[in-house]
Amino acid sequence: MTQSALQRHTYDVLVIGAGGAGLRAAVEAREAGLSVAIICKSLFGKAHTVMAEGGAAASMGNVNDNDNWMVHFRDTMRGGKFLNHYRMAELHAKEAPDRIWELEMWGALFDRTKEGKISQRNFGGHEYPRLAHVGDRTGLELIRTMQQKIVQLQQKDGREFGNMEAKIKVFAECTITEIVKENGKVAGAYGYWRESGEEILFEAPAVVLATGGVGKTFKITSNSWEGTGDGHALALKAGANLVDMEFLQFHPTGMVWPPSVRGILVTESVRGEGGILTNTNGERFMFKYIPDVFKDKYADNEAEADRWYTDQDNNRRPPELLPRDEVARAINAEVKAGRGTEHGGVFLDVSKRLSPEVIKKRLPSMWHQFYELAGVDITKEPMEVGPTCHYVMGGVEVEPDTAAAVGVPGLFAAGEVAGGMHGSNRLGGNSLTDLLVFGRRAGMGAAEYVKKNSANPVSDATIKAAAERIEAPFSRTGGENSYSLHAQLQEITHNLVGIIRTRTEIEDAIAKIADIRKRSKNVTVTGGRTFNPGFHLAFDLDNMLLVAESTAKSALLREESRGGHTRDDFPAMSNKWRQVNHIASFNGSEVTVKAQPLPMLPKELFDLFDVHELEKYMTPEEIAKGGSN
Amino acid sequence: MARKLNLRIWRGDSKNGELKDVQVDVNEGEVVLDVIHRVQATQMGDLAVRWNCKAGKCGSCSMEINGKPRLACMTQVASFDENETITVTPLRAFPVIKDLVTDVSFNYKKAMEIPAYEPPKDLAPGEARMEQVDVERSQEFRKCIECFLCQNTCHVIRDHEENKKSFAGPRFFIRIAELDMHPLDILKNRKRTAQEEHGLGMCNITKCCTEVCPEHIRITDNAIIPMKERVVDIKYDPSRMFAGLLKREKRD
Repeated sequence: MTQSALQRHTYDVLVIGAGGAGLRAAVEAREAGLSVAIICKSLFGKAHTVMAEGGAAASMGNVNDNDNWMVHFRDTMRGGKFLNHYRMAELHAKEAPDRIWELEMWGALFDRTKEGKISQRNFGGHEYPRLAHVGDRTGLELIRTMQQKIVQLQQKDGREFGNMEAKIKVFAECTITEIVKENGKVAGAYGYWRESGEEILFEAPAVVLATGGVGKTFKITSNSWEGTGDGHALALKAGANLVDMEFLQFHPTGMVWPPSVRGILVTESVRGEGGILTNTNGERFMFKYIPDVFKDKYADNEAEADRWYTDQDNNRRPPELLPRDEVARAINAEVKAGRGTEHGGVFLDVSKRLSPEVIKKRLPSMWHQFYELAGVDITKEPMEVGPTCHYVMGGVEVEPDTAAAVGVPGLFAAGEVAGGMHGSNRLGGNSLTDLLVFGRRAGMGAAEYVKKNSANPVSDATIKAAAERIEAPFSRTGGENSYSLHAQLQEITHNLVGIIRTRTEIEDAIAKIADIRKRSKNVTVTGGRTFNPGFHLAFDLDNMLLVAESTAKSALLREESRGGHTRDDFPAMSNKWRQVNHIASFNGSEVTVKAQPLPMLPKELFDLFDVHELEKYMTPEEIAKGGSN
Repeated sequence: MARKLNLRIWRGDSKNGELKDVQVDVNEGEVVLDVIHRVQATQMGDLAVRWNCKAGKCGSCSMEINGKPRLACMTQVASFDENETITVTPLRAFPVIKDLVTDVSFNYKKAMEIPAYEPPKDLAPGEARMEQVDVERSQEFRKCIECFLCQNTCHVIRDHEENKKSFAGPRFFIRIAELDMHPLDILKNRKRTAQEEHGLGMCNITKCCTEVCPEHIRITDNAIIPMKERVVDIKYDPSRMFAGLLKREKRD
């Protein structure tokens, strides 16, 4: 790549990723008067956010007016087993309703209550009906609404500047390989166009990472090809930290049959609407798996569980609506005990409780998905489901109020790529509002930063180094194939750092990941630069390897089981371990992980809980202190 | 049980290309996108194909399968005869970039030309009240996953490149219809602009778009025809034309 041919663009803010968090950040930064580049690996509007089915959790209280931010905050902390960064959970619970109403002002059309308000549905771990939704395609509604909001801003810019792309431009099918820094601060980003393979440099004082998750690191996943942990790896390489990388959420209900759709999600709304889980003996097994900490919230018999659907004030919830980690472990245990289907799943049945018309109305895309992909009519027969890698709780360590990445001036992160908000386990529905709340805050944080910090020119030496890295796989011959290395990595993570872990297996995984990393330095690409997936995967693989290493090393240190981290050799949750986060950083050759004390709940938030509940999670010393102030 | 499938794939770029025959393993329950991925991983590492969700929800893997515009992730291999060769080619209405990937930027340009949603000026966030039955009309069109199969199949642009300038296409007619039926939108004359600026009149309702829509949106019946009818009403109704001079209302 010659210097003169390099495309260069200058903006105030770069947003990497065009899912919910990225688009919300872009809107915020533009409305603060800045110029914004939105960079995404796929076409505009295809982000994984479109897959979110169930809804967006916000305590608007439209269906049950007992709901408020404090109840939502409590549910979020419980769901995360109190490992959440309290401030993120607090901001999220407080601001979620405004973010939903704001979307409505931008044209979103949520399903309605009889009074004409935004309807809210029940979901696992949420005490009241809380999820604003549009059938079961809520994520698509979020993306379209924000995509169209961006068009609206572009039309406004067009009237003002004579060019619709004067202040916001979407760079679709463009991959970032590096966050560029000069003098210790962010100076931009370097990457390539997927279509042409040509290289591109963005110069900007602030970068917002909104790249989503890491699911493609694992064999069975609900994530698309894009979920390769790019933002996680870019942040690590830029000097930021990853927090809580041992926590992966295995969604309890992925499709298990046929094999081509293995991993694809069956929304939790199926359970929220009355779907029950049974094993091959016909037993509704979830009653056996209610953990002590949830005994007073969940029904222990079928009669009460069934009554709950019509009378939620006087009955406890059905155990199918336990947080995702509990349900995933229960299904895993049933299958392991030989009570699973021949394809390694259990049955999820909605046909017994709801009429075909109601199923098609409330769960239209699920009906569609099973009918067209699996030839199963869910109005008549049960679905076969099992756990699938769905979401990473861990991510970039950020300042909660500004979404600024700790340790890298000018870098911000929001959405799945950021860590802390969900603790050890995310509640369904909290992701979509997380995107909106922290996407907006990242946009604000970046705007504030840009006002105080000017652009930092990118040096020729930096460009040369970035360009050489992209060139490398083309100049080698006879090396490794990126597809087969990727498949081997997925096999390792799935078998050795998957849903159930032990020390020896994790150590084995760490050694094997290091070996693949060594071999990946020798990846060769066949074909040219034009839209070449083999070339693209070579770079994505590098990111997944850093993610896998961070996850394995964090998992090795945490000697307890909590949320999305289950150790066979340490099956209990330990109140001492709740006091630490694991912080992963990268020194250029390997990932190192250290423990860091978790910020203590301040008194006003501590006092929102019954002290007996806190005793299940906290040490006597912490309880005695009663909060941090 | 794996069996061999004869697959014919169009390979090439904007300048030239040809159909290449390959034999590939196929397992029970697999869709066309699965076998394309297998070809990519084992025989043609640089084979270009777009995809994302693999569940019919993102609309990325649009292509022509045995000449029909389809989503490759929603097309079961078992829906073809066992001995049949499956031929996959890029969308025909858009310029090829490489192999099965086409330049669909036409659609994004058109998206930017549709006047945006305009909320009532005096409505505070959280105060909106809408009936479910009223939001459902627009919700049908908001199901659109932007696979652009309707755009690809519409012969107004498929066979007439020159029409692209003045014709937004079915995807954007449902966008206009969605905003026109939106209970809160206050922008006037959406139907009229559809006719005068976005080429609604060029559609001669052959319903090809509706037939290929993977979301089963009734594009022609529920969006295009109602808009066309109303446009005709407005245009040729003298009393309305007169009333229109006195009072311009949204429901034109």
